[in-house]
Amino acid sequence: MSSVHTLPRPNFLVSLSIIDWLYTALLWSGALYAFNQYGQYMDSYEKSFLFGFAAIFSVMGWLWKPLRILIVTTVVTSLLAILDYHSDLGRAQHAFFLKYLFASQSAIMWMSTLFVLATLTYWLALVTRSKFAGVVASGLTWSAVAMGIIGLLVRWYESYLISPDVGHIPISNLYEVFVLFSIITALLYLYYEARYANRTLGAFVLPVITAAVGFLLWYAFDRHAQNIQPLVPALQSYWMKLHVPANFIGYGSFSLAAMVAVAWLLASRGILASRLPSLDVLDDLMYKSISVGFGFFTIATILGALWAAEAWGGYWSWDPKETWALIVWLNYAAWLHIRLVKGLRGAFLAWWAVIGLFVTVFAFLGVNMFLSGLHSYGTL
Amino acid sequence: MRFAISLFSLLAIASVIGTVLKQNQPYADYVIKFGQYWFTAFKWLGLFDVYHTWWFVTILAFLVISTSTCIYRNLPAMLRDMRNFREQATEQSLRHFHHQAEFSTQGNPLPLLKEYLAHQGFQYRERIQGDSVLLAGKKGSFNRLGYMFTHGAIVMICLGGLIDGNLPLQFEQAFGLKHIETRDIPVSQVPAISRLSVNNLSFRGNVTLPEGSSADVVFLNVGDGYLVQELPFRVGLKKFHIEHYSTGQPKAFASEIQVFDKGSDQPVMTRTITVNHPLIYKGIAIYQSSFGDGGTHFKLKAWDLSKNQATWLPFAGSVHDQSPLDVDGQHLSVEFGDFHPFNIQDAGMSTPSKTSFGGNAVADHKNLRNEGPSFEYKLRTPDGQAREYSNFMLPILIDGRWFMVSGMRTMPNQPYHYLRMPLDPQFTLDGFMRLRAAMLTPSLYPEIAKRFAQSVLPHDINAQQQLIRSTVKELTLFSKDGYSGLSDFIEHNIPANQRDQAAQAYLKILELSAWQAYLITQTQAGQILPKMDDATGWFLRDSLNAINDSLYYGAPVYLQLSSFDQVQSSGLQLTRSPGKNIVFFGSFLLVLGVFTMFFVQERRLWLLLKPGHLLFAMSANRVTLDFETEFTQRCEHLADLIKES
Repeated sequence: MSSVHTLPRPNFLVSLSIIDWLYTALLWSGALYAFNQYGQYMDSYEKSFLFGFAAIFSVMGWLWKPLRILIVTTVVTSLLAILDYHSDLGRAQHAFFLKYLFASQSAIMWMSTLFVLATLTYWLALVTRSKFAGVVASGLTWSAVAMGIIGLLVRWYESYLISPDVGHIPISNLYEVFVLFSIITALLYLYYEARYANRTLGAFVLPVITAAVGFLLWYAFDRHAQNIQPLVPALQSYWMKLHVPANFIGYGSFSLAAMVAVAWLLASRGILASRLPSLDVLDDLMYKSISVGFGFFTIATILGALWAAEAWGGYWSWDPKETWALIVWLNYAAWLHIRLVKGLRGAFLAWWAVIGLFVTVFAFLGVNMFLSGLHSYGTL
Repeated sequence: MRFAISLFSLLAIASVIGTVLKQNQPYADYVIKFGQYWFTAFKWLGLFDVYHTWWFVTILAFLVISTSTCIYRNLPAMLRDMRNFREQATEQSLRHFHHQAEFSTQGNPLPLLKEYLAHQGFQYRERIQGDSVLLAGKKGSFNRLGYMFTHGAIVMICLGGLIDGNLPLQFEQAFGLKHIETRDIPVSQVPAISRLSVNNLSFRGNVTLPEGSSADVVFLNVGDGYLVQELPFRVGLKKFHIEHYSTGQPKAFASEIQVFDKGSDQPVMTRTITVNHPLIYKGIAIYQSSFGDGGTHFKLKAWDLSKNQATWLPFAGSVHDQSPLDVDGQHLSVEFGDFHPFNIQDAGMSTPSKTSFGGNAVADHKNLRNEGPSFEYKLRTPDGQAREYSNFMLPILIDGRWFMVSGMRTMPNQPYHYLRMPLDPQFTLDGFMRLRAAMLTPSLYPEIAKRFAQSVLPHDINAQQQLIRSTVKELTLFSKDGYSGLSDFIEHNIPANQRDQAAQAYLKILELSAWQAYLITQTQAGQILPKMDDATGWFLRDSLNAINDSLYYGAPVYLQLSSFDQVQSSGLQLTRSPGKNIVFFGSFLLVLGVFTMFFVQERRLWLLLKPGHLLFAMSANRVTLDFETEFTQRCEHLADLIKES
């Protein structure tokens, strides 16, 4: 037998380990159990989402091994938290584990705290060049992500405890999607961190998440936005389960790209250059992140159009949110054209990626704050 | 290329305008906001409907043309390139590659190299020339398809959108073939020049149907008027429902609609449409878009506040309708506004959530209460002045006592001032109304004053006379200006240091007189005499407050709702958009294209094997960091393979 066959195959199914298959089996048995128990309450779309996501998470776990641990841990913990409720919402206020750890609001507060700590630790690691601090920072980020996911999953359950007709997936208002944004951005970062085996960029990416967390806390304490609200009729659609997450993969990727661009701009002026990855790596990461973001943002906008065709009477109404989505899309389409077709690199594209973040933030928040329209589900 | 990016930027900037300036509002609003001069300028530029102006469509057209040209120019070469293995590459050209490496070989590594290419997913061609063998491999060539998909998709989406746009209509308007109707006239009178035929390719119009009515047209809002779009069927509303969550937020809007073919009164189908669940019939989608009141009928008691008697007249009206009302010789007009079948209020402060850590995700709704139906109306006097009123149908519990509540305001957008009229023990307004009448009837004052004086000073006749005089005076003051009449009097006639005491005394006199007046009116009405207890005390105080407030109520009449017959209306949106499927197919292609382009890596490699020597070259349409890594890896692989052979 020649050594050709010991090379990694492009066909990765063959390269999966027994743990991969165990993980997949666990995921699918969970999905099947849910289908058995609750299938009668699902419409055909929801059924396809259930198995669709089982498939997606299987593949994602295969491609990025740590995700397997994250998914299994968060799902098991959430299930335990749910069991601890004994169908009584009041227990969130006195059952120890719920009150201090896993009631949705407690978990989200933990997530917030851990993200802030992770940010500080990443900076400590960057400044002191401490490998250990870097490992701790990654650990904190992973824990924050886990707490965030648990928070959302438990919140999902809590909404059904309020009343079955109130129950819905917790991605329906500004508060909930900020949690989602933090989780997704952190996961995207962690993926690249492992891929490039470099922890220094956490010091740049985590501040965006900390800003989101800051908003989240203000929104909760000042506006009591953490209360679960029932869905308005326009949001009662299976499309929400796809449209919103796809959008936030886009937003998260664009934010990540912008922060990497900041690192690039600093490093190109010699600031922190010795600590950061090379400009080529930063440039590559920026490009990858924007192309992933662009792909998902395209999907999200199209899903939005499909949804609008059902809810608003037309797939495109030039509503401010739709129009700003188009502007964001055009912005990154132009960015990609310049980079791919003209082959331009460097400061110009980095600055553009940073400005792109402002355009994105306006599309995400500014439209809700300053412009009125059909898409006014998260007002400030 | 530069052109494409310019178009992107131009499109983005033009799009911003339409989000900053609210589109398709009534022209009058724009005139108020910008003034006549800017309004004319903006209107000329089409800024009130940016996305349908000739210049915006022109930008889009350029985008389509530029993209199409791009495809036309690049497609043939790309297709050729995709199939081509470039096995004609010469040694010399390969040596010019940026990514190339050379190896010395022993034996014959050719079989292993072939095996390697196949194993790594490369397709390859073999070309033998003299003693050299060239293996030209490629994979991921369909990356190029991504280019075609994305660019083709943009063209498709734009064209689909164009089909659904209103371009033909704009042409017709420009050439005077269609004319926007601005008058508020019945549909049947709208002339043909403002009507669009059933065969209109695409449209998006609205119609509001009260329950029990139907329509075979929809209205298209254009500029400052509308056009009438004929439908190939008739749509009727049987019933409109709103479901609510227990917190009062709306849970579902549903219209039970019937569709009739033209000329038939048998419905073809009866369906319930809700938000997110439209009905599609004959290629036209029917959406639940808004709702309102379709003319709820009211039966009312019009309490006459002008006379000093407790009388009411039966009165009736409907939402969004006017009814004339003659009270006290005045010709008033009641303009009925909205009707709210219920009002959920958060009664009192909700206690803050008790969880100690980060608040509670579950809000406390224990204090929510439904205050029942309410309705609004404007009362217009003949000189055109109007005040707005908002009255609750059911009594409301405030501080443990029941009141009928009516809000009044003189200006829209102001908060309402509420008149709270206490209910008598029989749970009616009659007790209060009789007491009010008595307290405002000067001829009764001597009798009230006499009974009051006798009750407090049964033995001192002189003092009684004195008290009667001052009581009559006080009642007169109160009937004219309420409490402020009394306080003005005290301010002008009593020294400053005694005013507090005097005010206390006056209030006591007022309350006890009211008690006597209440006894008189109850006796006259043949009612059981009330007992002087706490409840009656509160009733009297509340009544005095209400009488005082009623002096500022600004209307000679209070309308109490006795019953209603709710009629709702549903706003339907009907659209025909034949371009939709083209746009969706284009969108599908776009996603496919974007992911192919970014995530399928095109790779080409050449292995030129000569006796004792291997030249390896590699290329990609996009040289990224991944490519560099891969090149290094492949060099290592090849080195290993050569050693093995």
